[in-house]
Amino acid sequence: MKKILGGLLLLIGFGAHADLDITVTGGSTSAIPIAIVPFAQPQGAPADIAQIISADLDRSGLFRSLKREDMKFELPTQESQVDYRTWRALNQDNLVIGRVETTPGGGATVTAELFTVPQMMKILNIQATAPRPSDWRSMAHKVADQIFERLTSVKGIFDTRIAYVTVAMVNGKRQYKIIWADADGENPREIARSYEPLLSPSWSPDGKRIAYVAYEGGRQKIVIQTPTTGDLQTILSEKGINSAPAWTPDGNKLVVTLSFETNPDIYVIDLATRARRRLTDSYAIDTSPTVSPDGTKVAFLSDRGGSAQIYMVPITGGEAKRLTFEGRRNEEPRFSPDGKSLALVNYDGSSYRIGLLDLATNALKLVSDGPLDEGASFAPNGATVIYTRQGARGAELATVSVDGLVRQQLRQTGDVREPAWAPFSRP
Amino acid sequence: MLNNKWFACTALAIAAVVSGCSSDGTKNASDGAGDAVKPTPSTGSVATTGSSGGGGSSFGTAPAASQSVVYFDFDSSELRADSQVVVAAWSKYLTANPTAKVQLQGNTDERGTREYNIALGERRAQSVSSALQGAGVSAGQLSLTSFGEERPVATGHDEASWSQNRRVEIVAQ
Repeated sequence: MKKILGGLLLLIGFGAHADLDITVTGGSTSAIPIAIVPFAQPQGAPADIAQIISADLDRSGLFRSLKREDMKFELPTQESQVDYRTWRALNQDNLVIGRVETTPGGGATVTAELFTVPQMMKILNIQATAPRPSDWRSMAHKVADQIFERLTSVKGIFDTRIAYVTVAMVNGKRQYKIIWADADGENPREIARSYEPLLSPSWSPDGKRIAYVAYEGGRQKIVIQTPTTGDLQTILSEKGINSAPAWTPDGNKLVVTLSFETNPDIYVIDLATRARRRLTDSYAIDTSPTVSPDGTKVAFLSDRGGSAQIYMVPITGGEAKRLTFEGRRNEEPRFSPDGKSLALVNYDGSSYRIGLLDLATNALKLVSDGPLDEGASFAPNGATVIYTRQGARGAELATVSVDGLVRQQLRQTGDVREPAWAPFSRP
Repeated sequence: MLNNKWFACTALAIAAVVSGCSSDGTKNASDGAGDAVKPTPSTGSVATTGSSGGGGSSFGTAPAASQSVVYFDFDSSELRADSQVVVAAWSKYLTANPTAKVQLQGNTDERGTREYNIALGERRAQSVSSALQGAGVSAGQLSLTSFGEERPVATGHDEASWSQNRRVEIVAQ
């Protein structure tokens, strides 16, 4: 990954049209200047492809795209039309041009090229398709992902989705919703709503299902819903706590918290047989499990030592090993996609902040400011963490790059919390 | 006398169905307050009350709203001295009315993560449950649930609000 040098504060605001209003801070002096020339596309098309690509790349904090009003001349849409001198004069490192062709049924195909200006060379051919009109934005995000990966060597996350919980007062009562939206905040769609709490959304590894906690008549239950079909199954509704669902990487099991036997402990549930295996059995609170990407270990929160800290246990059972020793409390562990670190919430006695724990060195790096940050979820490329913070208008989402430098605030009216970044696989 | 009570119970039950509130009259301190939230479950409890409530004989009335909430210190599930009044009032009522049931609803303030707070809320409800059972209430009269930090009665980010949210509510079923 290109090293980001700290320094220049870039403040860029986006999208009054998006339900989430995204502001980026902390870019760097080495943000790559790139020109995304308006693509050749039919009038009245469902989306401006080049504009979406520019916004995506800018939002990452690693690029600074050329403003359209600065492109005051005839713009190339074919390779043969590219004159590198123009772009060198504008101090651009990279150039992207492209063409969109519609396909029957309102879909489209885009072909594009990425050039390096100093070396005056094409370095990538890009292609993406949209089967239906509603896929045009996704198609643009796919182009942005290919550009991003070619220039940073990191897989892009522009074509991914995020689920989150919103709370708003409706008819004098608190109404909860689980929403899923594109990573840029567009296309919010409702998955569930309730006047009782909804909690802990968690995507299956194939991105097709989402587990979450709901209440019925004041009692908790864990459910799994398939957003594209609406299929909804209750997995557990025991006496007491049914919470904190986490998937195993094969998608066949949920690791959860149940308290019906004694007190809150971690259980492994086989989704096909509904068989349960108890994984912890302590007099303390054990909750917030997260499964390693190789499926062999479970990290979780336990206050067996007197305060909430993070422990690790093999998924097959055995002794739990304590992992966190800094600050007063450490909660809500989440494995990174490469399994090498845990995102967590650290409390130092005054602030709750997001931390990243390196599992090899046990070093803890705090990446947010608090005072009431929580709910960290890794992007599937492992380069960014999304979490919840308290903003002026209530709880809001924010992201931070794992080096702590690039930050986004995603504002929405009403309380927004508990983000769950969906995996790369898509339904 | 009995007729009046029966009429009152039925009227309350009807009013409850119409208004969507718990019909037992034991509301917590937040009821009616500005932007505070009704913590009792909405329609679910009405059905339960209808089946177990009006019509049976009852000794004494259930404790008032002001005696139905137990408060806790930060990160603690230990009962404080100020919980004694509530425990005493409810154990007296529940031992005198062995068919009466309550739900103990555990709550926390917003600090700490949601999943941990679900567990802490349950621990608080269990403390109250143990105290009631110690005073002679039968376990079958008690059910427990936890809302963690999801049902605050006060939404400020300061101790004035947090102290009101760290509570167990005793709700007649």
